[in-house]
Amino acid sequence: MTDSALRELADDPSSRKRFFKMMGGAGAVSAFSVFLAACGSDGKKSASTSTPATSTDDGVKGDLHILNYALTLEYLETEFYKEVIASGLVKDAAVAKIATKFYSTEQEHVAALTATIKSLGGTPVKAPKTNFGPTLDMGLKHVLETAAIVENLGAAAYLGAAGGIKNKDVLAAALTIHSVEARHAAALNTLVGFGYGLKGGLKGSLPDGAFGKGMDEASVLKAVKPFLA
Amino acid sequence: MASSQMVAPELAAIEVHGTTREAFLIRATLAAGATYGALSATPYITKALAKGGGFDNDLAVVNYALTLEHLEFTFYSMAVKLVKGLSADEMKLVKQIREDEKQHVEALIATAKKLGTPVKKPTFDFGGAFADRATFLKTANTLEDTGVSAYNGAGPFIESVDILGAAGSIVQIEARHASLIRLTRGKPPAPQAFDKGVEMAKILKAVTPFIKG
Repeated sequence: MTDSALRELADDPSSRKRFFKMMGGAGAVSAFSVFLAACGSDGKKSASTSTPATSTDDGVKGDLHILNYALTLEYLETEFYKEVIASGLVKDAAVAKIATKFYSTEQEHVAALTATIKSLGGTPVKAPKTNFGPTLDMGLKHVLETAAIVENLGAAAYLGAAGGIKNKDVLAAALTIHSVEARHAAALNTLVGFGYGLKGGLKGSLPDGAFGKGMDEASVLKAVKPFLA
Repeated sequence: MASSQMVAPELAAIEVHGTTREAFLIRATLAAGATYGALSATPYITKALAKGGGFDNDLAVVNYALTLEHLEFTFYSMAVKLVKGLSADEMKLVKQIREDEKQHVEALIATAKKLGTPVKKPTFDFGGAFADRATFLKTANTLEDTGVSAYNGAGPFIESVDILGAAGSIVQIEARHASLIRLTRGKPPAPQAFDKGVEMAKILKAVTPFIKG
């Protein structure tokens, strides 16, 4: 694992410290411990392949760009759920429960990404100005379909961006969010009535069969443009 | 983060700067033990210190994933034949998941062959998991959640961007499976804000009861 920044982290006290600050407290120690337990024990490898912390500096700018892109999407999702809940459109208790839970989850994603960006020395982007009014005006069915689309886009965005992330801890953090977006997407796809039917009927719930598809940043931003003011 | 609720506060406060490698590893393992259950910490320290706990290379990650996909595919293949009481929609879902897992197995075998030798398919024993609908769905729920944690734990160790992309495209589907199986059980589809990665040793320990050899 010559380029494992995680291993580097395990060997380098200064980058370790930065990581803890970055991830912010107890959750970071817990998560990091799990990673270290899995990688740091391999003394032979790390001794022969440890690299200076500065080797990741080249990737920081790129990682910050990806993190701010992710933050923009999380802000968008958070604002949408907030407005959906406030609109009173959701009457069904089970649906309301899901909307509330997803809203709080997206808030946590915003907080985690903001903290990560700051700890890397970057400036978190501001929440984008959104325009969900027309969507809300079209009623609950359309609102839930839009939520499904946005969550599917979110999952595709993280998957598309993962390969470009240089810092392994940032990658680890992105992965923990990626699969949650996918869970949201599948639940909403089902909720909006695609159901479990095979082939066409399963459209969205398990999109494109057995493999998720990533989307590049330009395509994702184009897709969410109608929701931006 | 949600995970902060699960770790002992005194362990969260550990200052790692300047400690020896061994001391830090032990602390890290203890912290992991606090997260996942103190019982498992002691043997794991011994094992982790005795030999490497991570992955030697991408082939090791791919074969690890392949082992889990073999397990899932076998599980759903048996379920389709054995489980009574599933609704028509649930059976459709199970068949779709089985098909997905089959394709995951095939893709991972092909990838492993490019890197070396694919791991052999183990023999599985799922005990009473197919006895009834509820037991089966509960086991499926656990397996899918475990699969997500396993991929998320292994992902950062993958060196090749292509293999990372392949693993990402699979874990996204595992997460969707987990969500849908959870919905059939009336459980929250995404119970936590972050699907934390879990290291291989813990995952293998969790699935050991299903592996006969």
